[in-house]
Amino acid sequence: MAAPGVSHRKLIIGLGLGCVAMFGFGFALVPLYDVLCEKLGINGKTRSEAASYSKVEVDEARTVEVEFIAQVQPGMPWEFGPVVKRMQVHPGQLVRTEFRATNHSAKRIVGQAIPSVSPGQGAAYFNKTECFCFNQQVLAGQDSASLPLIFFVDPDLPASIGTLTLSYTLYDITDKSLGGAIQAGAAK
Amino acid sequence: MTTTTHDTHHDAHDDHHHGPAKGIMRWVLTTNHKDIGTLYLWFSFIMFLIGGAMAMVIRAELFQPGLQLVEPNFFNQMTTVHGLVMVFGAVMPAFTGLANWLIPMMIGAPDMALPRMNNWSFWILPFAFLILLSSLFMEGGAPNFGWTFYAPLSTTYSPDSTALFVFSVHIMGMSSIMGAINVIVTIVNLRAPGMTWMKLPLFVWTWLITAFLLIAVMPVLAGTVTMVLTDKYFGTSFFDAAGGGDPVMFQHIFWFFGHPEVYIMILPSFGIISAIVPAFARKPLFGYASMVYATASIAILSFLVWAHHMFTTGMPVFAELFFMYCTMLIAVPTGVKVFNWVATMWRGSMTFETPMLFAVAFIILFTIGGFSGLMLAITPVDFQYHDTYFVVAHFHYVLVTGAIFSIMGAAYYWLPKWTGHMYDEKLGKLHFWCSVISVNVLFFPMHFLGLAGMPRRIPDYAVQFADVNQIVSIGGFAFGLSQLIFLAVVIKCIRGGAKAPAKPWEGAEGLEWTLPSPAPYHSFTTPPEVK
Repeated sequence: MAAPGVSHRKLIIGLGLGCVAMFGFGFALVPLYDVLCEKLGINGKTRSEAASYSKVEVDEARTVEVEFIAQVQPGMPWEFGPVVKRMQVHPGQLVRTEFRATNHSAKRIVGQAIPSVSPGQGAAYFNKTECFCFNQQVLAGQDSASLPLIFFVDPDLPASIGTLTLSYTLYDITDKSLGGAIQAGAAK
Repeated sequence: MTTTTHDTHHDAHDDHHHGPAKGIMRWVLTTNHKDIGTLYLWFSFIMFLIGGAMAMVIRAELFQPGLQLVEPNFFNQMTTVHGLVMVFGAVMPAFTGLANWLIPMMIGAPDMALPRMNNWSFWILPFAFLILLSSLFMEGGAPNFGWTFYAPLSTTYSPDSTALFVFSVHIMGMSSIMGAINVIVTIVNLRAPGMTWMKLPLFVWTWLITAFLLIAVMPVLAGTVTMVLTDKYFGTSFFDAAGGGDPVMFQHIFWFFGHPEVYIMILPSFGIISAIVPAFARKPLFGYASMVYATASIAILSFLVWAHHMFTTGMPVFAELFFMYCTMLIAVPTGVKVFNWVATMWRGSMTFETPMLFAVAFIILFTIGGFSGLMLAITPVDFQYHDTYFVVAHFHYVLVTGAIFSIMGAAYYWLPKWTGHMYDEKLGKLHFWCSVISVNVLFFPMHFLGLAGMPRRIPDYAVQFADVNQIVSIGGFAFGLSQLIFLAVVIKCIRGGAKAPAKPWEGAEGLEWTLPSPAPYHSFTTPPEVK
C-alpha cells in the first residue's frame, strides 16, 4: 500500500469541515442574495424607507407610464386595489395617488403590502416619499380605508424603460404582527 | 449484553480469516465493501421498481385525456415521489454501490478506507425511504409539490407530511456525504504502489470528482430543506414575501444544489462508458488525459449555470446571457468526451456483447439529451420550452438512457466478476433491444408534446395531445416490463451459468480482472505492484 500522504484522520476532518462550511454557505446565500439584489438593483424590490424629495428637476419633455396592480393573498377576506390604475407622469414630478382596502370579514386583520416593480431594473428609480407599505395596515371588521402613496420617478431612469409597473401583494400577518399578538393575548 | 458484544467481536475476528458470516446478520453487520456494494445495488434496484411503478401510474392516467384513475392530488404525489425515489433512491445508490464494489478492486486496495462508516451510510438509507414512502399512506398524503419542492408550494401549501419529507432528505444527504468522504479517503490513501493519479481508471477519477461535488452541494440541500421546515413549522420567512423573504431565492438556493446534482448523476456514467468502450473496441481509450480534464471542467462549470433553470423568473438580461453562455460552454468538455468515445471505437475490432450495446446506446441517446439541453439553454426559446414536456423528454434522455443505461451496462460488464458466472447473453440482448426500442417510444414523442405546448406535471390535458400521449404510455409500459427481464438475467446469473474466467472480456483493462471470478471476499490484502 502506498504510504498515505495525508492520514485518514486529517482527510476526514478536512472533508467534514468542508461539509459544515457548505451547510453554512447555504444559509449565507440568504443575506448574500439580498445584498446582491440590492446592489445590482435586479429583483424589483423598492426601498423600504421613504425617499426625500428635494432638488429634483422635473423632466417635462419625457413621459413615463406608471401602472398599479394589486393582489390579495388567496383566502384573505380583503378587497384591495388602486383607485387609479394607470397614469402618465414626468420624471421628477411628485405624484400622489391612493389605494383602497376593505376588510370584508368581521374580524380585525393586520395586513402588510409588499411592493415590487417591473421591470426589475426600474425599481431603483421608483422613489416613494410616503407609502402605506412602510407600515402595517390594521382594519377592524367591515372597515375600509384609503391608503396614500406619494412617489416620484427618478429623472435618471434609463431611456429603455417607458413603463413602470408597481405591484402590491397584500398578506395577512395578523398572527405574526405585534398587534395581532396583543389582541390574541387580550382575548384570553 | 457484554457476552454478546464479546461474541460479535469474536465472530468479526473469525470473519476476517474465513469469509462472510452466515444468515441475515452478515448483511446487517457487514463492513465488507463487496457486501455493501451488493446491498446498495439491490436497494437501488428495488427503488427503481418502486419509482417505476409510480411512473406506470402516471402513464396510465395520461393514457387518455380526462381524469380516469387517480385524483389530481394523488397524481402530484406520484410525480413528486417518483422523482425523489429515482434520483435519491435509484440512481445515486446504484453509483455508490458500483463505487463500493469496484473502486477498491480497481486501485488495488483491500477494502474501503472507512468500513464501519460504510455500513452506517448504507443502513440509514432504507429508513430514509421508509419515512418518505410511508407518507403516501398518511392522512393528507405524501409530498405533492414536485421533487424540486419550490416554495411556497412546499411551505404555505404543502401537506402535513412535509416534515417527513424534510427528515428523509436529511438522512439521504447524510448517507451520500458519508459515502463521498469514504470514496475520497479511499482513493487518496489506498492506491496500490505505482498507481499514480494519471493511471487511475476513469471510473475512479469520475467518482473522485463526483464525491467532491457531493460534499459541496449535499449540505446546501440540507440547508434548503431546513429552511423549508422552519418556514412551514416555526414561523421563519426565508421564502415568505409577507415576512420579508423571497420565494425566488428558494429557486436560486435549490438550483445551486440542483445543477451540480445532475452532474453527480452523470459523471460516474462517463467513467463506466470509458471502461466498457475500450474493452469491446479492443483499443486503449482515446485521449485519457483529456477525459480527466473534461470531467473536472464539467464539475467546475456546474456551479456557474444554476439559473438556467429559472430563465422565466424575470432575471435581468445580462444574467440570462451569462447563464446561457456558461451553459453552452459545458457542451465543449462533453463534446470532448463523446468525441473520445467515438475515436476509441474508430477502427477498433468491435464486438457487441450486451455491455457494449448499452454503452453505444448511451453515447447516442445521451447525446440526444445533450442537444435538447443545448436547445433549452438558449434563453429566448427556453421561454417556449420551460415547464413543458420538452423538459421532461430532455432530462429523461440524460437520466434514463444516460445514467440508467450506463448502470445497466456496468452491471452486465462486471456481473461475471461479481457472481463468477457469465450472464445469459441471449436474455441480456433481449433486455437491451426491448429497452432501447421502448425507451425511445416512451421519451422521443415527448419532445413533440412539449414543442406543441403540453405542460408538465398535469393529470389531464387538451385532446389534441391524446394520440401522442397514448404512444408514450405504451412505450412506458413496455419499458417498465422490459426491466423484469433484467431482474431475471441477474437472478439467473447469481444462481448459475457458465463459469466466468478471471478476465471474461478479451479487451478489458484494469486490476479487477487480475482477481479470480467471483472476486474473493477479501482481495488485495497485499497490494499489487502497478507498473
